[in-house]
Amino acid sequence: MATLTYRDALNQALREEMRRDARVFLMGEEVGVYQGAYKVSRGLLEEFGPLRVVDTPITELGFAGVGVGACMAGLVPIIEFMTWNFALLALDQIINSAAKMRYMSNGQLAMPIVFRGPGGAALQLGAQHSQSFESFLANVPGLKVVMPATPADAKGLLKSAIRDGNPVVFIEGEMLYNTKGEVPEAEYTIPLGVAEVKREGKDLTIVAHSKMVGVALRAADDLAKDGIMAEVVDPRTVRPLDVATIAASVKKTNRCVIVEEGHPFAGVGAQFAYDIQREAFDYLDAPIIRVTAADVPMPYNKSLEKLAKPDAAKVVQACRQVLYLG
Amino acid sequence: MKKDAKPRASVSTKSKPLAGEDPAAMRRLLRDMLLIRRFEERAGEQYALGKIGGFCHLYIGQEAVGVGTMAALRHDDIIMGSYREHGQALARGMTARAAMAELFGKATGCSGGKGGSMHLFDAERGFLGGHGIVGGHIPLITGAAFAIKYRQEDRVAVGFFGEAAVNNGAFHEALNMAALWKLPAIYICENNRYGMGTALERAAAIYDISARACSYDMPAETVDGMEVLAVRDAVGRAASRARERHLPTLLEIRTYRFMGHSMSDPIHGHYRTKEEVEQMKLRDPIVTFHARLVTAGMLDDEQWQAMEADVSAEVEDSVRFADESPDPEPDELFKHIMAD
Repeated sequence: MATLTYRDALNQALREEMRRDARVFLMGEEVGVYQGAYKVSRGLLEEFGPLRVVDTPITELGFAGVGVGACMAGLVPIIEFMTWNFALLALDQIINSAAKMRYMSNGQLAMPIVFRGPGGAALQLGAQHSQSFESFLANVPGLKVVMPATPADAKGLLKSAIRDGNPVVFIEGEMLYNTKGEVPEAEYTIPLGVAEVKREGKDLTIVAHSKMVGVALRAADDLAKDGIMAEVVDPRTVRPLDVATIAASVKKTNRCVIVEEGHPFAGVGAQFAYDIQREAFDYLDAPIIRVTAADVPMPYNKSLEKLAKPDAAKVVQACRQVLYLG
Repeated sequence: MKKDAKPRASVSTKSKPLAGEDPAAMRRLLRDMLLIRRFEERAGEQYALGKIGGFCHLYIGQEAVGVGTMAALRHDDIIMGSYREHGQALARGMTARAAMAELFGKATGCSGGKGGSMHLFDAERGFLGGHGIVGGHIPLITGAAFAIKYRQEDRVAVGFFGEAAVNNGAFHEALNMAALWKLPAIYICENNRYGMGTALERAAAIYDISARACSYDMPAETVDGMEVLAVRDAVGRAASRARERHLPTLLEIRTYRFMGHSMSDPIHGHYRTKEEVEQMKLRDPIVTFHARLVTAGMLDDEQWQAMEADVSAEVEDSVRFADESPDPEPDELFKHIMAD
């Protein structure tokens, strides 16, 4: 095992997959000469040249479409969005072109393409730069949605996403890029659609993905001080969702809190809760509770922003509630 | 046609001499256009009978654009169209059966009945769709051209879209990148004057669409779209530029839609007069080309009648085939969403 940042783990995945398959290329704003807005693509231009590491104009709709068109003609594009906030301009290409192409053509066209970049809020970036889009994107048949929480997951899942053969939405986190973790040194991949228990426990299950895994683990540490053993399950892919692993945990603990960074209404946690009650209704000793962002555009002010985001204290409170500890 | 004070590119509508052209090839162009005309007429009838559902955008009046374009391309080139693409697909060699069955939504259709009128696909012939969002597929054309350059091939990516699409951001973004990166793309703007019911001059600040290429330092031409050879030659020049120098081209091809925007829309009314439509029909690309071939001694009456009978039989067969074909099986509903 080597200790790597999330950023460098992603960089390794890109480098390894571009070495493995000449059809794979990276395209986006500042990915080449600038070495990536968040330095995820550091050194790739030097190794692979400007035809495979392509700096684009600021034109999300345009270059996302260029990716889809190149994919239709047989390449395997990785389209980097500087953040998913900017990808709103590209949704027509992601949803109308990429997600539907195989179906509309009755399987004549394959669509192996990855759309990736950071999502969710960072710090004080204001309303337009602090959004979570997994619920929008996971709603669309034809897309997979992957949201790794750790460096090891980031690398293994990105490699699988590139090889998957389908349009994959890969959502990273600005606040995750600097986080460190153990990453296997040998070649490995992590299959899409497989959750992981990040911490074992017996008293309740906390389901959390992406940045919220860290929040859930901090909450679990706090609860442990009171002798409450929370199990933390990370779906890792929002779609396809590994309902079996989540439900197995809930059947063991009988209680569940779901944490997500997005807004409450029709958030992915609502879908998780539906799936859990379908699979484990008779095992639940309390209603499932969701912890989400406040139902507001993200404010700039630091103290208001803190109020708007899920944090460990809010998760602890929700956990105590499902345990009827008030 | 409405008067306007803005500068216009002069487009020669003088027909190119036929001398030196191969008579059999000329008859083939006429036949290809006639097939589209008869196919679309029958599609309109079948729509009225309820055999074809949804939207159905006919190509009647614009046949010379699709046929002239395909005549200048190679079998390994990549083609994409908008939702008015029946004629382009047929001109590319899709069978009338596969196209009509798709309009009927049948399992034997080119997209298995899951695409419909707006989503005809024939990957084997390089016909990569029918796309339904105005302007949305223009970046896809740039992307296909990018892939061609990436693999250092001498193919060309060709895309059709209407004049209303050029006011869309996707058009600008796609052409800018194609010119910036010197990609082998041909952007064919079929200027039929109306985006649904909005005339070009009511939607665009400049009249000449070809002039927009200046923004990208891109070669461009304005072409008479009622003249199949003018289209063929302009696309041929653009294709040479793309193959030999990897340069993109914008072609504004001035044509006219003799029918309404879709089958549910009127042919004339608030947005254009009956007189205007009748006036434009005097330049019907099939009638005029037929007359020229006769005058040049390349087509006699017997050949014309045989051609008409042959085309009618082919279209009639496609309708029968579509009608008799089965619907997709229910389990098709969940197939081809993802790779297995």
